Amino acid sequence: MQPAVHLRAAVALLGRFPALAGVDLDVSPGEIVLLRGPNGAGKTTLLRVCAGLAPVSSGEAVVLGVDLLRDRAAVRRRVGLLGHATFLYEDLTVSENVDFWARASGASLNDGRLALDRLEVAGRLHDLPVHALSSGQRRRVSFAAMVARRPELWLLDEPHAGLDPSGRDIVDGLVREAAAVGATVLFASHELDRADGVADRTVEVVGGTVVPVEVAAGAGSEPPRA
Amino acid sequence: MREAALVMRKDLRLEWRSKVGIGQVLPFSLLVVLLFAFALDPDRGVLDKVTSGLFWVVVLFSSVLTIERSFSVEASDGIFDALRLSGMAPASIYAGKVAALVVQLVAVEAVLAVAVAVFYDTTFHMPLLTVAVAVVATLGIAGAGASYGALAARLRSGSTLLPLLLLPLLAPVLISATRGFEVASGREAGPGWPWIALLGIFAVVYLALGALLFRPLLEDA
Repeated sequence: MQPAVHLRAAVALLGRFPALAGVDLDVSPGEIVLLRGPNGAGKTTLLRVCAGLAPVSSGEAVVLGVDLLRDRAAVRRRVGLLGHATFLYEDLTVSENVDFWARASGASLNDGRLALDRLEVAGRLHDLPVHALSSGQRRRVSFAAMVARRPELWLLDEPHAGLDPSGRDIVDGLVREAAAVGATVLFASHELDRADGVADRTVEVVGGTVVPVEVAAGAGSEPPRA
Repeated sequence: MREAALVMRKDLRLEWRSKVGIGQVLPFSLLVVLLFAFALDPDRGVLDKVTSGLFWVVVLFSSVLTIERSFSVEASDGIFDALRLSGMAPASIYAGKVAALVVQLVAVEAVLAVAVAVFYDTTFHMPLLTVAVAVVATLGIAGAGASYGALAARLRSGSTLLPLLLLPLLAPVLISATRGFEVASGREAGPGWPWIALLGIFAVVYLALGALLFRPLLEDA
């Protein structure tokens, strides 16, 4: 089976600095992979490369069958990225934001509403402008906007950050559900205890390269699902 | 078309919620018109001669503020990335932003026209020509503005750089629109339609270039 993510000696530059300095990584469809590593190791850049946002300057990079060196824009609609930014318009309401991003991505209004329900964003918040929300509530709305798009590849950068315990449980549940129906999940986290419990496999990002972690976390010694 | 309409509705909704246009841009425009009236009032002859030019200079200043606002919203909180991830065609995003700018600027121009009529005793004898000049000129302003707005939004000092980049480019629109208004208000004899044709050419060029350039502008944002 063709991997959902296939990187070989992938190099990505931030200016002249090699944020990724020859990454080798294969992720199978339906697999959940945790990226761990210190700040500045290249985790966020790796996720942005897989999203088709950051360019790969050399090596091989194929995501969901799309060669990123040829046409990285072609993969974007098929991935969902939850980054440090919320991707939300401050002056629009919660519903308007989720509706806009769902429809902009070709999903339906109903997908947006369902996603808000899944993230347990209370109905009383739907008509509030985003600037009136707490950071945790914004994170949930941001996640809902991503889920509404039904991406094939989930790219999550610190998905638990700013969330309360119930929000973290919801995120973990959604990640598992997505993988169970064939979506691939690549996520970076510093909350290793929690993240290990979700991931099928953990890799370490160090100095712009990826090294496997010998002891598979969370799932113990279970092999990847795909 | 669907994507452009989606972006346009979103931009207009954002403006309606934030009230930046109504609460800041419009009062600024009216204030400038009023200040010119005070400054030039002792010599009504001068005011009468420069009304058309003043009108369009104020429109250009208001445009810079409106365009800067329209793109600073997109530059905040990673929204340029989200627009790219949405998979919407860059040309559609551009068209939506241009359409929203046109609606906002035409609204500002309508209020300014009333202000000019009141404070400067201006009468537009040819209303159809007046409206046609305003709409076609606004298309050109919004077409160029949306490209330069996206460019400026990715620069650290983009908000101060935007007028420096945009205003020289819009000088031909300023001249043509001013001459068109001169004809429409009866201060200049001759047909007004050639000025509309000239404005139309500028608008087509700016819009075509903008639609082509928006993809690389969005990529680099």
